[in-house]
Amino acid sequence: MTEVPTMECDLAIVGRGMAGMAATLFAANRGISAVQVGMIGELIFASGLLDLLAVGWREKGILERDPWAAMDLLSKESPKHPYVRLKREEIETAFEEVVSFLEMQGLPYSSQTGQNTEMITPLGTIKQTYCAPRSMLAGIQALREKAPCLVVDFHGLTDFSGKQISAALQDKWPGIRSARVPFPGNSEKRELVTGDIMAETMELSKNREDLARDIRPLVNDAHAVGIPAVLGMEKNRDILEDLRERIGVPVFEIPTFPVSVPGLRLNNAFVRGLGEKAIKRLGQSRVLQAKEVNGGAFVLTVGRREPEMTLRARGVILATGRFWSRGLVADRKRIREPLFNLPVHQPETREQWHRVDFLDLKGHPVNRAGVDIDDCFRPLDGSEDPAFERLFAAGSILAHQDWKRMKCGSGLAISSAYKAVEAFWKMR
Amino acid sequence: MDHSFETQVLIIGGGATGTGLARDLALRGIQSILTEKGDINAGASGGNHGLLHSGARYVSSDSAVAAECRAENELLKKLAPHCIEETGGLFVAVAGDDETHVADFPHLCERAGIPATRLDIQDARELEPVLSPDTIAVYQVEDASIDPFKLSLENMAQAQALGSRLFRHTQLMGFTMGRSSIRSALLQDIKTGEEMVIDPEMVVNAAGAWAGEVAALAGLSIQILYSKGSLLVTDRRITRRIINRLREPSDGDILVPGGTVSILGTTSVRVDSLEDIRPTPDEINLIVDEGSAMIPMLAKTRYIRAYAGVRPLLKPEVEENDRSATRGFTLLDHAEEGLENFVTIPGGKLTTYRFMAEKTADLVCERLGIPRPCLTRTEPLPSTEAGRWSEPGLGPRDWIRDKNPENPILCECEMVPQSIIRRVIESITAQHERPDLQAIGLRSRMGKGSCQGTFCGKRVLAHMIEQGDVAGEEGLAHLRHFLQSRWKGERPVLWGDQLMQAELKEALYCGLSDLERYPRMRKA
Ligand SMILES: Cc1cc2nc3c(=O)[nH]c(=O)nc-3n(C[C@H](O)[C@H](O)[C@H](O)COP(=O)(O)OP(=O)(O)OC[C@H]3O[C@@H](n4cnc5c(N)ncnc54)[C@H](O)[C@@H]3O)c2cc1C
Ligand SMILES: Cc1cc2nc3c(=O)[nH]c(=O)nc-3n(C[C@H](O)[C@H](O)[C@H](O)COP(=O)(O)OP(=O)(O)OC[C@H]3O[C@@H](n4cnc5c(N)ncnc54)[C@H](O)[C@@H]3O)c2cc1C
Repeated sequence: MTEVPTMECDLAIVGRGMAGMAATLFAANRGISAVQVGMIGELIFASGLLDLLAVGWREKGILERDPWAAMDLLSKESPKHPYVRLKREEIETAFEEVVSFLEMQGLPYSSQTGQNTEMITPLGTIKQTYCAPRSMLAGIQALREKAPCLVVDFHGLTDFSGKQISAALQDKWPGIRSARVPFPGNSEKRELVTGDIMAETMELSKNREDLARDIRPLVNDAHAVGIPAVLGMEKNRDILEDLRERIGVPVFEIPTFPVSVPGLRLNNAFVRGLGEKAIKRLGQSRVLQAKEVNGGAFVLTVGRREPEMTLRARGVILATGRFWSRGLVADRKRIREPLFNLPVHQPETREQWHRVDFLDLKGHPVNRAGVDIDDCFRPLDGSEDPAFERLFAAGSILAHQDWKRMKCGSGLAISSAYKAVEAFWKMR
Repeated sequence: MDHSFETQVLIIGGGATGTGLARDLALRGIQSILTEKGDINAGASGGNHGLLHSGARYVSSDSAVAAECRAENELLKKLAPHCIEETGGLFVAVAGDDETHVADFPHLCERAGIPATRLDIQDARELEPVLSPDTIAVYQVEDASIDPFKLSLENMAQAQALGSRLFRHTQLMGFTMGRSSIRSALLQDIKTGEEMVIDPEMVVNAAGAWAGEVAALAGLSIQILYSKGSLLVTDRRITRRIINRLREPSDGDILVPGGTVSILGTTSVRVDSLEDIRPTPDEINLIVDEGSAMIPMLAKTRYIRAYAGVRPLLKPEVEENDRSATRGFTLLDHAEEGLENFVTIPGGKLTTYRFMAEKTADLVCERLGIPRPCLTRTEPLPSTEAGRWSEPGLGPRDWIRDKNPENPILCECEMVPQSIIRRVIESITAQHERPDLQAIGLRSRMGKGSCQGTFCGKRVLAHMIEQGDVAGEEGLAHLRHFLQSRWKGERPVLWGDQLMQAELKEALYCGLSDLERYPRMRKA
């Protein structure tokens, strides 16, 4: 066996989805010597919205405008939900720390009003979110006022249809309409996919001039113009302002199906900002194996496929996500946690994993499977005791939550990461 | 009353038998109306294995059926080659299988006149390298795979071209009875609620497992038991040939390749009702365990969906074991019970659908007093636009040929471009039907790949909204319905990679889009 180099740190963070990124930020801000390991996660699929909680899990799954009221419901209806182990102040502090970091990185979010707001989705449905990229704000306002509004889409972009959005919303929002224009530089109407190439196209002033020229005559009475979220990467803020001036009304972004540019922006902002801090990131590797050695330290084998490095850490935050990210794996019979072989809370048999109706409001029991934790967000060993003294878990790998149905994806990732880092910090 | 029609023959049920009968009659110059409560092949004809039997599977249980299969197999390969892939088949026994059965097999085949050649095990494993190392005997037979959707769509298309009519989504609700005949039939369009009355000279009940329910509407009793069978679709083709387990027919013992995938099945589970027929995770576990004894890699393969169908079993024939109950067909002439213009044709096999249609049409002709000879024995089945796009690989070929930048791919897994979706929509509207995502899925490869509609569902819907095929919030109901119909097949195979896929799908439609909160398809 070939020798691989060893690296030492206080805290290893496994995962670079929202939870892993937030945990790394919290660790950096507290001066913890930390190393983050992980390949790009769900972030590039995620819409860029930061949901906190909109469904407090009554069997019917009713939407709440007030996330804190939904949390009160949780403690009754779903007492093991990870949020029940968090105080409101902790959640607010965690959000504040992340949002102000993102603002510093040129990725501003809407201010926290303490309430959920409604916004439109790429299907033309309306969803509730807690905190949206500022680039989407004019759309939230237009929806609230049901003001005349134009949704623009592009020839060749089959994944985004303005007509689909306006048609679905027609009854609720009669003032919304749509139009199709060429994407700058694509007069041949070639097929387009959302992502960094479209975003970078919008960074050139000449392209924005072309786009604005095509949109301007279509504006008429519209108070705002919605465009799929591809308006630049780093320069998004300036691009929106520039388009507003050229078109004459506020311009806003609408989330898209993957690849999601607002998700990429989040990823990039974290990578950039964390790079400025005293943090090591092993961005293109996975933890291949993990074990605890004498004295309670962890030894992680890290690499792409083959071991490339050994990482010794006093504590680990497991933010490896669910099935999509392979934080959990399932065969025909059971669900496992592959790194530490932690017990996984799960339904008795596969027959019970999923409900018969895909869209059943009660949600699928498998989505509440995951890792059980104590108040310090330490995975349990199958009893009430932590499996390891300094192993913590954060994000969607946690049991007793269903982020897709309760609308708590990013909020749970951020606040559980916060709690896990704080708990590790306090143990020193 | 909204509408009333006269017709020589009313056919109830648009599966292989009903559509085959419509064509047979039309070729004899007899026009019919076919009423189908779902879409074409909504029943067993859309939930089967797609195996054009050589007959070898039935040599020990029913040599008459075996011989019928052999004859039809030969005929259909000649007359409907565009619906058939001549894969050939193997019968494979593995260590532990009943050796007496293995030893008897060649003699039974010979007695039924079914060609079966013994292969050297080493040679067989060269032909199909995935066969188990524990293989103890292999025979080669003339099985083939058949596309049941294409088959029924083509049969119906020719019948329609010759003047017959099809009412999809239209259910037979009741009969008005005369003294010794059915006087008229009441149909209802289940989407609009519209009713119509048909005055037929003859009525044929080709409602498969539902034949008992239909007969009851005429006051007759046919005792039918239901045997559900489930099947699994792999993400790619595993073998070139059809692989049968060489043992008494049992669970998980056949693997049928069809185009780019393979289908593994089946089970035989008694069910009490025809409502809500779906494969269950437990059945799927059983099929995979059994199948992997023959082909070990089936334990690790990625499955993209599962589906189920119901075999109707006529009561008097039912024995202890549903598998040994005859797969032959019986033509029930209800004149014997005093109804002169009513016949029922339940049971049988896809393989023998043409023969069943022929026998039924013979009886119908006799009753109508129009003795005309059957032509489906000699006339090839034409290839038409209606059945064209269900074939895998055709979409991509067509797309590469015209390479038009304004013709984007809407379903990436199966490479179905917008132009084909458009043509499918037009073929539906040409039959005076309203297109929806499911109907498009039935007639093309859209939504059949590994993402199971995650991306193409939204894209095709957007295209339909843009073209004015669907309006307003109705589109969301279409989408829900489509996702639900895919889900029925996904749910039993959600582990490993397919579970990851399903998680992404739910993240997009629920996590991001809240679709679970939007209206269900409204029934009129
Ligand atoms: C399509 C989509 C839409 C979404 N929309 C929203 C939305 O509208 N609002 C919202 O709030 N949230 C949304 N989210 C959810 C949110 O972005 C996060 O996915 C969720 O909060 C879970 O984050 P996580 O960090 O726990 O897990 P993940 O994002 O899944 O990250 C897990 C990480 O762990 C890594 N990993 C796994 N195993 C290892 C290993 N052995 N070694 C190293 N690394 C490993 C993975 O590579 C990955 O980087 C959406 C997500 C998706 C996919
Ligand atoms: C699991 C399984 C696997 C099989 N595998 C094979 C195989 O590999 N090879 C083979 O040769 N055979 C196979 N078969 C058998 C074959 O599928 C059937 O014999 C054949 O499809 C029967 O066709 P059908 O048209 O008679 O019945 P169906 O296809 O069931 O058609 C009956 C139709 O009647 C409609 N209907 C019912 N009630 C009404 C009403 N009131 N009004 C209007 N319409 C109504 C239904 O919606 C349905 O579409 C298999 C069967 C099953 C269940």
